[in-house]
Amino acid sequence: MSIFKRGSTKSTPPISTASLPDIIFMLLFFFMVTTVMRETELLVKITLPEASEIIRLEDKALVDYIYIGPPVDPDRGTEPLTQLNGQFARLNEINQWMDWNEARRDQKEVPFITRSRKVDKDTRMKMVIDVKQELRRSNALKINYSAEQDR
Amino acid sequence: MADIAFLLLIFFLVTTTMDTEVGILRLLPPMEKAPQPTEANGRDVYEVNINDANELSVEGIPMDIQDLRSGVKEFMTNPENSLVLPERRSVNRAICEQGIALARSRMLHASDEVSKQVHQKELSTWEHKLAVTELIGDFQELPPNAVIALRTGSRTSYAMYMNVQNELEAAVEDLREALCKEKFHREFKELNEKSSDDRPLIKAIRAVHPQRISEAEPLEVQSIR
Repeated sequence: MSIFKRGSTKSTPPISTASLPDIIFMLLFFFMVTTVMRETELLVKITLPEASEIIRLEDKALVDYIYIGPPVDPDRGTEPLTQLNGQFARLNEINQWMDWNEARRDQKEVPFITRSRKVDKDTRMKMVIDVKQELRRSNALKINYSAEQDR
Repeated sequence: MADIAFLLLIFFLVTTTMDTEVGILRLLPPMEKAPQPTEANGRDVYEVNINDANELSVEGIPMDIQDLRSGVKEFMTNPENSLVLPERRSVNRAICEQGIALARSRMLHASDEVSKQVHQKELSTWEHKLAVTELIGDFQELPPNAVIALRTGSRTSYAMYMNVQNELEAAVEDLREALCKEKFHREFKELNEKSSDDRPLIKAIRAVHPQRISEAEPLEVQSIR
């Protein structure tokens, strides 16, 4: 009897934390592999439209983004604005922006650059058409309408 | 050790994003050409208009967005050989070989560089068609100038525009999927563009059901009553 009693009063040993660094490192590597660095800070509010027939762009390094939407900062009004890189831009600055993007890449990659337009779904088409015409004028014909998966 | 790993982990959680870039890909027409596809031939153009009040109309008649997909499919296949829809010409081996021979002889007799290039282009399209017939047999070809012309008003909302784009894309995708199942017993989505076995199949299917959506010249769309 006394043998069993002695055994049951023994306190449980603490959980070993020796494997904790391994677990955390594993998590770290998982996140490093599956995620990408955040691009620019958004100055415009964008709710993407939904679409079912979307395709994934393979090479993110060859994608440039044009953001169109109402500004986050209420002082700038509520009309949609265009953002290129980290700042607001006027229509005639798009051309310059594209030259800059082409210059920073390898010459061979230039024809494969996709311009992805992230446009807020409540934007009026005039803005979208203006940007599109500007892209056509600069011969940037491969474009993507960014959307979210639905259904 | 764990503290350092934790710190790094939190740093990566904060600075990175997981979302992948998805959307509808389009190829815009070059500016200098500026073709007017619409007025060319009424039956070859499927006019899709969205007015400022986000109302959809097709060939001048108001339409519900749910019907757009079947409408586009009907336009692209013209199952009843209707006179108001594009005329589908059948393409088979004999016609292709004839075309190739004709283009070859024309190229030989071409007087200047420019016309030679035109015939060269002609020759390559026929050769491409021949390759398609070898893969999927005889098929019905959509006329080269058949196009879906999408126009919007300047106050149309982007969400509506994307809805319509999505439906157009879906219609073409449905047709391709059906053809791929019928001919190759595989899903079109599963064909891999990077694999050299699949690439000709993809090209063949795209040749039969091309995706021709013109957003060329934005015109003001009058409101529909």
